[in-house]
Amino acid sequence: MALQDVSRNAGPPKVAFFNDPKIRGWAYQIVLLAIVVYIVVVGLENMFANLRAAHIASGFGFLEDTAGFSVSQALIPYTQGDSTYLDVYLVGLLNTLLVSIIGIVCATILGFIVGVCRLSRNFLVRGVASVYVEVFRNIPLLLHIFIWYFGVLRLLPSPRDSVSLGVFGLLNNRGMFVPRPVFGALSWIPILAFVVGIVASMVLLRRAKAHQMRTGERRPIGKWVAALVLGLPIVAFFIAGLPLSFDLPKLGTFRPTGGTTVLPELISLFLALASYTAAFIAEIVRAGILSVSTGQTEAAYSLGLRPRTTLRLVVIPQALRVIIPPLTSQYLNLTKNSSLAVAIAYPDLVSVFAGTALNQTGQAVEILMMTMLTYLAISLITSAGMNWYNAKMSLAER
Amino acid sequence: MKKTLLTAVVSAAVVFGYGLQAATAATLDDVKKKGYLQCGVSQGLPGFSSTDDKGNWSGIDVAFCRAVASAIFNDPQKVKFTPLSAKERFTALQSGDIDLLARNTTWTMSRDTQLGLNFSVVNYFDGQGFMVRKDMNISSAKQLSGASVCVNTGTTTELNLADYFRSNNMDYELVAFEKSDEVVKAYDAGRCDVYTTDKSGLYAQRLKMKDPDNNVILPETISQEPLGPVVRQGDDQWLNIVKWTHYAQLEAELYGVNSKNVDKMKSSDNPKIQRILGQEGDFGTDIGLDKDWAYNIIKDVGNYGEVFAENLGPKTELKIDRGQNALWTNGGLQYGMPIR
Repeated sequence: MALQDVSRNAGPPKVAFFNDPKIRGWAYQIVLLAIVVYIVVVGLENMFANLRAAHIASGFGFLEDTAGFSVSQALIPYTQGDSTYLDVYLVGLLNTLLVSIIGIVCATILGFIVGVCRLSRNFLVRGVASVYVEVFRNIPLLLHIFIWYFGVLRLLPSPRDSVSLGVFGLLNNRGMFVPRPVFGALSWIPILAFVVGIVASMVLLRRAKAHQMRTGERRPIGKWVAALVLGLPIVAFFIAGLPLSFDLPKLGTFRPTGGTTVLPELISLFLALASYTAAFIAEIVRAGILSVSTGQTEAAYSLGLRPRTTLRLVVIPQALRVIIPPLTSQYLNLTKNSSLAVAIAYPDLVSVFAGTALNQTGQAVEILMMTMLTYLAISLITSAGMNWYNAKMSLAER
Repeated sequence: MKKTLLTAVVSAAVVFGYGLQAATAATLDDVKKKGYLQCGVSQGLPGFSSTDDKGNWSGIDVAFCRAVASAIFNDPQKVKFTPLSAKERFTALQSGDIDLLARNTTWTMSRDTQLGLNFSVVNYFDGQGFMVRKDMNISSAKQLSGASVCVNTGTTTELNLADYFRSNNMDYELVAFEKSDEVVKAYDAGRCDVYTTDKSGLYAQRLKMKDPDNNVILPETISQEPLGPVVRQGDDQWLNIVKWTHYAQLEAELYGVNSKNVDKMKSSDNPKIQRILGQEGDFGTDIGLDKDWAYNIIKDVGNYGEVFAENLGPKTELKIDRGQNALWTNGGLQYGMPIR
């Protein structure tokens, strides 16, 4: 067309600068930014004005005040009456991270198993997996938590009639009381041996792989890896003179004393989060596997790969590209859902910091802002990690 | 304060409801304009504020809200109740969502001075106690070292508990729940050895347990828990109305004026009664109400003794005796300021 010819030959037509789309674009961006900044500044200003007008003390000085309450589970040293509100924040944060991380790990494993089972040719396996998914993802999470908590709590005996788990400790309605390892002075030796074993077997694996790529031969190194990872630390453990003993829980007047307590709140919150999220992950995994066309499997089979190898080398790597992005959302959901802990007294960030600490200090704005920023940071870090993994797994375009 | 509409909307959002109709506004005018009193109460504590199966509220905190409504509107029904958790209660009042907080709230210095709120009066003198199962054979709180304690989070209870165990050199495990229903359920399910809250609360919650008689309340009272209604700081007129509502009910009890005889008492010769009932002087005008304000309270809701007997007293399921909440003339702590 004529118009196109003109522009191609004569370069962009001359327009007034305020009609230039580039400059306009910038101008819109600047105006928008100014509005956003204005809103935020005025909002904050107004908030502080209102807080002052309402005679509400503000600021972050309260973080250094002593918190007068105790917390049932602290991963860092916490003493009631000495520790500050900042410690409370850290204790809550670590408890949130603890339940989120073990929840994510177990939900992923369970989700993958159920997802693969959903595609099984065995009717029973497929049926059980389908029922699992439908039951777990269609009931609100809070109910799951209550069922695990109050349901299981009522079934467990009182401390006086504790169930003995033999060497694994005691179980009663105050939680699971497991032996606590007490490390001797020389215990660094087996730990070092373990690290050495892992590094050595990684080198071994890498070389075996390179060998296979070069020659097509597979080296049987399984035995060597097992010897390095398990054998070496055990030998070192004996050489160092058994530097490990256990502090066993004993029955007391109320709770058992000694050992390490795994709170029933932690157990039930973990079970609820993991089983609930696993149902969603199972569906994601199923979708991912189905997204790999059967032609790929057939091609692998005709090359002579066994079903297992096909799954591991052909199907899963391609499925992961579909699986990882929605999986990230599930991880974020699980972390955020862990704040439902507040319903069953698990001392997570929301419960101890945005709950108890907020009430004791009355610093609602500061505490809620800190809590929100913390969740935001956890989520962003999780996404960043998963995006990195996704980029690594993505199709290498040649 | 800025006035543009945009600013108002945005800042309301930014500060989570610390709205612009801040503390200095005249609450009484707002309430009159709305035509009802918005009262924050607990989510369900028998004797203080709870609903029956038809959704009717009752309890002494509820009665207090109704008394204030009577003083303003001569109609105890012109109240809307907002059930609040321990955690939400102060924010709801600060933000102006409610006009009055009557939610068995303990009067402490930090709450009175740091939150932009004012405590008005004490409508129930309480103290924290412990409940344990009978079969544990415990007779004193001093035997509780090492126990697991169920408690409602965000209350003074949590801190008193910590102080008590620390000062007695005892160890404990804290199990803190957000809602009191969950505290009771967890204690009832055996998660804890001890349940602690204000003693009035222990009596009330015991009724909800599957075997109420298997639970005993230990003799120790470990704290002072003066419970009372709270208003926003900076509105003295409103504070006066709330304060004098309570005093009017106490004074009425002291001089034997109750909901049944109040009309007859109007013609009493006693000048003190005449002043309470608006027959002499005009005390209502000074607090922004009419001269029948106290008459309306007594007529519609009753005096303090009547409210107590109806909601907490020996004839109710709770069976709490007056104790510290008797009038000062009977050895209690309830002391009405003279209306003159």
